[in-house]
Amino acid sequence: MQTKDINENIAWAKINEDVLRSMENPRMGYWVALAACVAMILCAVLAEIYQYQVGMGPSDLNWPHMWDLYIATFVFWIGMSHSGTLLSAILHIIQADWRKPIYRFAEAMTLFSLMTAGLFPIIHLGRVWNMYWVLPYVSDRGIWPNFRSPLVWDAFAITTYMTSSALFLFIGMIPDLAICRDNARGWRQKLYTVLSMGWQGDDRQWRHFRRLYLMMACFLIPLAVSVHSIVSADFAMSIMPGWHVTSFPPYFVAGALYSGCAAIITLFILLRYFFRFDEYMTIPIMEKTCKLTFAIAMVWTYLNLVEFAATWYGHDLVAKELLMQKFIGPYAPFFWAMLFLGSVLPFTFAFEKLRRHLPTMFVVSLFLNLGMWLERWMIVTPTLSLSHMPFAWDVMWPSMIQWAIVFGSFGWFGMLFLIFVKVFPAVSMYEVKEMVFHRRHYHNDELESKSHRREGDRQPADADPSPSREGA
Amino acid sequence: MSLKNILENWSHYRRAHEDGGHHEYEHMWGMAIDLNKCTGCNACSVACYAENNLPTVGKDRMRKGQGLHWLRMERYWDEPDLGGDEKEYQERGGSFLPMMCQQCNAATCEPVCPVAATYHTPDGLNAQVYNRCIGSRYCSNNCPYRLRYFNFYSYYEESWPEPLNMQLNPDLSVRDKGVMEKCTFCIQRIRTGKDAAQREGREVKDGDVVTACAQTCPTEAIVFGDLLDKDAQVTKLWKAQEVELGKTKQDKSNGELRGYRVLEGLNTDPCVMYMDRVREA
Repeated sequence: MQTKDINENIAWAKINEDVLRSMENPRMGYWVALAACVAMILCAVLAEIYQYQVGMGPSDLNWPHMWDLYIATFVFWIGMSHSGTLLSAILHIIQADWRKPIYRFAEAMTLFSLMTAGLFPIIHLGRVWNMYWVLPYVSDRGIWPNFRSPLVWDAFAITTYMTSSALFLFIGMIPDLAICRDNARGWRQKLYTVLSMGWQGDDRQWRHFRRLYLMMACFLIPLAVSVHSIVSADFAMSIMPGWHVTSFPPYFVAGALYSGCAAIITLFILLRYFFRFDEYMTIPIMEKTCKLTFAIAMVWTYLNLVEFAATWYGHDLVAKELLMQKFIGPYAPFFWAMLFLGSVLPFTFAFEKLRRHLPTMFVVSLFLNLGMWLERWMIVTPTLSLSHMPFAWDVMWPSMIQWAIVFGSFGWFGMLFLIFVKVFPAVSMYEVKEMVFHRRHYHNDELESKSHRREGDRQPADADPSPSREGA
Repeated sequence: MSLKNILENWSHYRRAHEDGGHHEYEHMWGMAIDLNKCTGCNACSVACYAENNLPTVGKDRMRKGQGLHWLRMERYWDEPDLGGDEKEYQERGGSFLPMMCQQCNAATCEPVCPVAATYHTPDGLNAQVYNRCIGSRYCSNNCPYRLRYFNFYSYYEESWPEPLNMQLNPDLSVRDKGVMEKCTFCIQRIRTGKDAAQREGREVKDGDVVTACAQTCPTEAIVFGDLLDKDAQVTKLWKAQEVELGKTKQDKSNGELRGYRVLEGLNTDPCVMYMDRVREA
């Protein structure tokens, strides 16, 4: 059984070769996948053009269901963006170096899911052409957006997060882009020459790079937490039962990390399989990701229970009725599916055999994400179907227009990701080398006893028994 | 809501709505609706359609919930499974609740609009600026009464084919797709009434402004007026029922009093008072 995160005997040149190979010569399967993604996008574009011309009517949104799949899917994509920050920033700061081979694509996922999420609030507007009014641009009329509205906070939070995570992705990639530059010809060479910003790899550059990277990581963590808290404020700041919940910000952040981690597992397995990254995306790293996902799933489950208990023991009769309707009402099958997929299914991670089995994990991670998508839908829709006025109780099912746009958003995300893996290195070469180097020198007793020791130093044998660094 | 204005009048803005909010109210338009008198005839709703250029959307869209009825007549039935036997249910008939925008003084729709398309006027009205609306529909989601309606289509072409467009009220606009709208307390009539009073050099007095629904109601169940005007009929009714603005719960110790405001426990501070229907036990 493989227990090492990475084989410490990989040669530097092989790392470069393996990663650069993944960026070259797309095969037939790649083009088919790309074409499929573009076709999905076309579905959404046609639906959106129709909706743009006719109005929001064909989406079957109605009174009182003013929001539906668009907002639910928006929250879903925003959520997915959080795992990249988790892997790249939080795990960087706590020095969990197993993140190194997999954080690059997770960060790209962050950026692309934000680019997908950002489309939904725009698509769902009744008058899309005026969407820039939510931004505080300088206007002769002296009109500002309403700074009290959570939707305006959303606009600020998401654009800030998108800019910072794009910068973070780019900065972390500079040393790798220099490697690409040195190995590329033609348009790629020109592109990487510009992007690598004259990286030579000397000490001064590394020192500045390290400092900047750490600073960005520290900046991104509170930002990521605040972004989803603000998205939760869209609901929590309202007065409606089922939305007006104090525990929403942590609940949303937990849900976000959850769906993000599940998506990382999916993409991990796909990349490992198609690009033959077996030596970098190893089973022990997979296992650690699974354990992390399991922990977050339990936090999410706990926060769910908190919400139920707070509603059940609270005095808000409407909220209580709504909670009951979630369990037995028209949306109950989806609610139960969400609870099963979100809280029961992750127990597959508790078994070592299962979490080391890639096909199982692939299927499970897809279902977890389905569960998290259902969660968002079950936040948005039941509240609207049952509010304070009994006259306004209604059950609504989304039309094909909405489904087409939701479907197309996955194509949009897929297309961006497919382009990314062929243009940029999906595995961080320099950090994998760091990891390998670290393992060679600090996790290997034989080497450790030989290197960095002068005569008279204490030998590892007679040193105090120190805690194991395995898996640190 | 310019920045200068906010900075200079900050303390003013921080005042709670119970203390009048950040407004020096000139008027506080309000209603008193006597449900004893209401027969559920829907004349108010029809009047509203005619006065406010509301489109008729057709059976299918209405059933889908995509219609616009600023004043809707809510029917509630004493269903047998909720107490009372079958006979009683049939004899009693339904009870009716005409619901129009409650013009809340602490309106939940106002803070959530991203572009400040809905705001509070010095008239105590909850105004909706169609030109500013971008259709995020957050206000409707956050209205506990669900009294905000959205233009899901461009209804005007089908609703008023030539020559029916000649019937449109020229005092207000016809809304296009993608904007939110709701009862305005016939703001065009308020405007006209205030202008007339100003031309004559006097204050607006009770009866100068009557909304379409109040004018049409055959049983005069709806009374409209200025709650700041001590002599207005509506103020007298509010006083008689001991219903006050700025409260989340009215004193119900006196069984004679029938006045209440819908969902006032949510602290929305609505400006419409209903008088409960008295029925045989």
